[in-house]
Amino acid sequence: MDLPLLSSLICVPLIGAIFMFTMRGEADIVDRNARQVALWTSVFNLALSMVTFMAFDASNGHMQLVEQKVWIESFNINYHLGVDGIAMPFILLTALLTPICILISWQSITKQVRAYMAAFLALEAAVIGVFCALDFVLFYVFWEAMLIPMFIIIGVWGGENRVYAAIKFFLYTFIGSVLMLVAMLYMYQASGGSFDIQHLATLNFDPEAQKWLWLALFAAFAVKVPMWPVHTWLPDAHVQAPTAGSVILAGILLKMGAYGFLRFSLPMFPEASAYFAPLVFGLSVIAIIYTALVALMQTDIKKLIAYSSVSHMGFITLGIFAGTVESIQGSIMQMVNHGIVAAALFMLVGVVYDRMHTRDIARFGGLVHTMPVFALVFMLFTMASVGLPGTNNFVGEFLILLGAYPVAQVPTVLACAGIVLGACYMLWLYKRMVFGEVRNDEVRALTDMTVREKISFAPLVVLTLLLGLVPALMLDMSESAVQTMVDNQKLKYQMEPAQLALAEQMKGTDK
Amino acid sequence: MMPFDWFTIAPAMPEIFLACAAMGLLMVGVFSRAEVAARSVSGLAIAAFAVTYVLMHAAKAGEFQHAFPKGAVGFMFIADDFAFYAKTLILAAAGFSMVLATDFLSRKGINKFEYYVLMTLATLGMMVMVSANDLLSMYVGLELMSFSLYILAAFWRDNLKSSEAGLKYFVLGSLASGMMLYGMSLLYGMTGDTSFEGIALVLANGLPSQGHDVAVTVALVFLLVAMAFKVSAVPFHMWTPDVYEGAPTPVTAFMATAPKVAAMLLLIRVLYQPLMVLEDQWMQILTFLSIVTMGLGSLMAIVQTNLKRLLAYSSIGNVGFMLVGVVAGGTQGIQGVLMYLAIYLVMTIGLFGVLLSLRRKDVFVEELADLAGLSRIAPGAAFAMMIIVFSLAGVPPLVGFFAKFYVFSAAVGAGLTWLAVLGVLFSVIAAYYCLRIVKVMYFDEGKFRPEASRPSHAHWVLCAAAVGVIVLSVFIDRLDAVTEKAAGSLLSMEQTFAPKH
Repeated sequence: MDLPLLSSLICVPLIGAIFMFTMRGEADIVDRNARQVALWTSVFNLALSMVTFMAFDASNGHMQLVEQKVWIESFNINYHLGVDGIAMPFILLTALLTPICILISWQSITKQVRAYMAAFLALEAAVIGVFCALDFVLFYVFWEAMLIPMFIIIGVWGGENRVYAAIKFFLYTFIGSVLMLVAMLYMYQASGGSFDIQHLATLNFDPEAQKWLWLALFAAFAVKVPMWPVHTWLPDAHVQAPTAGSVILAGILLKMGAYGFLRFSLPMFPEASAYFAPLVFGLSVIAIIYTALVALMQTDIKKLIAYSSVSHMGFITLGIFAGTVESIQGSIMQMVNHGIVAAALFMLVGVVYDRMHTRDIARFGGLVHTMPVFALVFMLFTMASVGLPGTNNFVGEFLILLGAYPVAQVPTVLACAGIVLGACYMLWLYKRMVFGEVRNDEVRALTDMTVREKISFAPLVVLTLLLGLVPALMLDMSESAVQTMVDNQKLKYQMEPAQLALAEQMKGTDK
Repeated sequence: MMPFDWFTIAPAMPEIFLACAAMGLLMVGVFSRAEVAARSVSGLAIAAFAVTYVLMHAAKAGEFQHAFPKGAVGFMFIADDFAFYAKTLILAAAGFSMVLATDFLSRKGINKFEYYVLMTLATLGMMVMVSANDLLSMYVGLELMSFSLYILAAFWRDNLKSSEAGLKYFVLGSLASGMMLYGMSLLYGMTGDTSFEGIALVLANGLPSQGHDVAVTVALVFLLVAMAFKVSAVPFHMWTPDVYEGAPTPVTAFMATAPKVAAMLLLIRVLYQPLMVLEDQWMQILTFLSIVTMGLGSLMAIVQTNLKRLLAYSSIGNVGFMLVGVVAGGTQGIQGVLMYLAIYLVMTIGLFGVLLSLRRKDVFVEELADLAGLSRIAPGAAFAMMIIVFSLAGVPPLVGFFAKFYVFSAAVGAGLTWLAVLGVLFSVIAAYYCLRIVKVMYFDEGKFRPEASRPSHAHWVLCAAAVGVIVLSVFIDRLDAVTEKAAGSLLSMEQTFAPKH
């Protein structure tokens, strides 16, 4: 392959965004053209990501499609891109969700359409950059660059309290990131002048320094995930953001934090990761149970789903730091699943919000009578969110719990309680909104999903079922990369021999 | 004493030319018709800057770096890569400030040719400052700059605030100059020399008595205070917001850019050349200054409602970040400061481009609230400003990130990780006031409604700055190479000053 595929994936949306600003003419026509340009650019990028996937060899656990150019010579900073099985699913997910986001904003966004679409394309470019970057500085550049369009999206097209939410989102993320910057500079010095992510992963940092570096990176990634107790920006940002903003936030941006753990914390600081694993387990379990309880009591649909995101992300961090191949595989799977399911749930909220302009659960009821298709789709994603076997979430959660149990019994058992709570709040939400008598005239006047809406849900519905029934599609992609990572780093968990034996035994029964 | 030789003044040709040009401009102004005087003088001044730049290249290609020999050792003047880099920035900043000024001045009815002559003289003063290799030439340059700036600050003499700014700047500036003179005389008294090499040699070989040591320390403190005043480091920053607010906006644009470069580089040269031996002593003071300057600048900018005051505090905060580089030292630290200055210059010029391009009738934007809703009224200007402001906050991929990246990297490299951590935390505070500006432009509804007029020069400067902020980060490698060479040239001098063991 001669074409620099990864660079193209980053550049195509950027070119689309820049092109939009060259359009002249009447406002209406510019808006219409901007929508078209954004849609086709992102669809083209989706196709390009498929080509990338074809060129990608899943059985190879190493970086592929590598591109490298010198950027800043004296600092040994390179424009260095590449993908492995850990990054590939997220690139595909990003490329998939962006056109969907543009589709669902088709009519709900009416002011400054051009800027909105450009912001989404810029966001796509930055996020794909994060998942491809193999140079720490480049990673940081994309990581931070993504803040600007997101800040604008929340702040300009958000709800009534958008300014607060946008600034809170920005500052929370920024403060975590700048600590990562210092850690990055320290690692540069300690490694004798390298920002190369692959090279850094092969080094053994001093165990004491590792702890500080781990904490600095943890600050950046935990805010992004978000983990309890730094999750408070998320409900605000989700509630205030426009629907597509919530979708991209839940679908992709949250995954960046977990991806950071996989790409940096685990491979680079194995000792510190082992040392701090109990802390992460504790925070994850609190996130799973506490935020599930909080979600249970919400009256705002979006807030409920936002808290459920925090709860679901708790499983993912638990799985990552459990450090077994199964649990990490499960976490990656679950990240993709959550990207699909949470995105779909936010889109469902958007569908009814566009019609009724309220997110108050109490105002709904009996939607099944007026919006049968909506009720069906909602049912599917509720079940997926709950983790019903046959849906993708079941596979992910099961793998996480399976992989984490030998390493951390108590947290795993507690996390199971979170699944029950998850079922409670989701089913109760579904019951209140969809079942029962038609609550009021507003609900009676609702129309079912339009063709455009159905089209935007279709890929998510298909993926949810497909990944639930044939999880190998997803697991094969990342397996060898995860295996390589775990082997290479020999995560030094302080496992008792008995626990090890148990882990081996469970592996055996699994097969 | 060497016999007079043409080569002994050759490295100073650019300055000599600019001095003559300033006199010439004065003549042109006096003898041309009043209506065209300002226009022709401003055009000629920019041309003179360009010629000066060409001459700088010619002088650099020459064999000698030093000019104006003095006594047995030492030269009054040095034109190394460090000075060359500084002068390039100074000339660029002065040129752009001149382009920015015309529209504002003519709308306020103060478009006089003296303005441009004064700017030329101030520029000359700065060039001498950064090339100074002797306490005397340093002081001459500093005062030439300062006096021109005092007058420029009060240039809008019918305006009460402008006059107040000029007077305030003059009184406080003179105080600082006085302290500097006192420090200089003490230093001369203890070392018996005014040339940088001479002072460094005497200090390196040890002073005769304890009393001498104390006096040198006192001299060091006086010099540091005066220079901290000139770069407006906390706690010697008090004049900055008032003068920035009161002075006519183009003057503020000038003061926020070129003199910052000159003063910061002078500070570096004085500390890293003649006073290098006293590193242990000035390092503590400078570390303290950098921390409080970062902190106070960033914090105070948050509560400002006047844009010029906000930019004043923002510039103070940025000086604090630069001082981190000075504290870190070494090629990396100095290089970091040099990068920071260039990048800061682009951003500041761009921000003043906003202030000088948005107006309704003859009233220019001044309050932060005036920018409300700008994204709908003037989307281009708002977008350009947003880019620059995010750059100021240090958000990559914009070039402001690299400014901070270099200084913090130098700090970590020098083992000052704690200082880097403090620095990045303050940069988060700084990000908040930047977000506030974006918020006002993009999220709020506006009342001021600047008119969409024919683009003035300021518009183009703004656009150029916004493009620069993006493009520069792609080609940051070039700037890296240039600054590395400049920093290296300063520190290679330091080697020759190092104590002989």
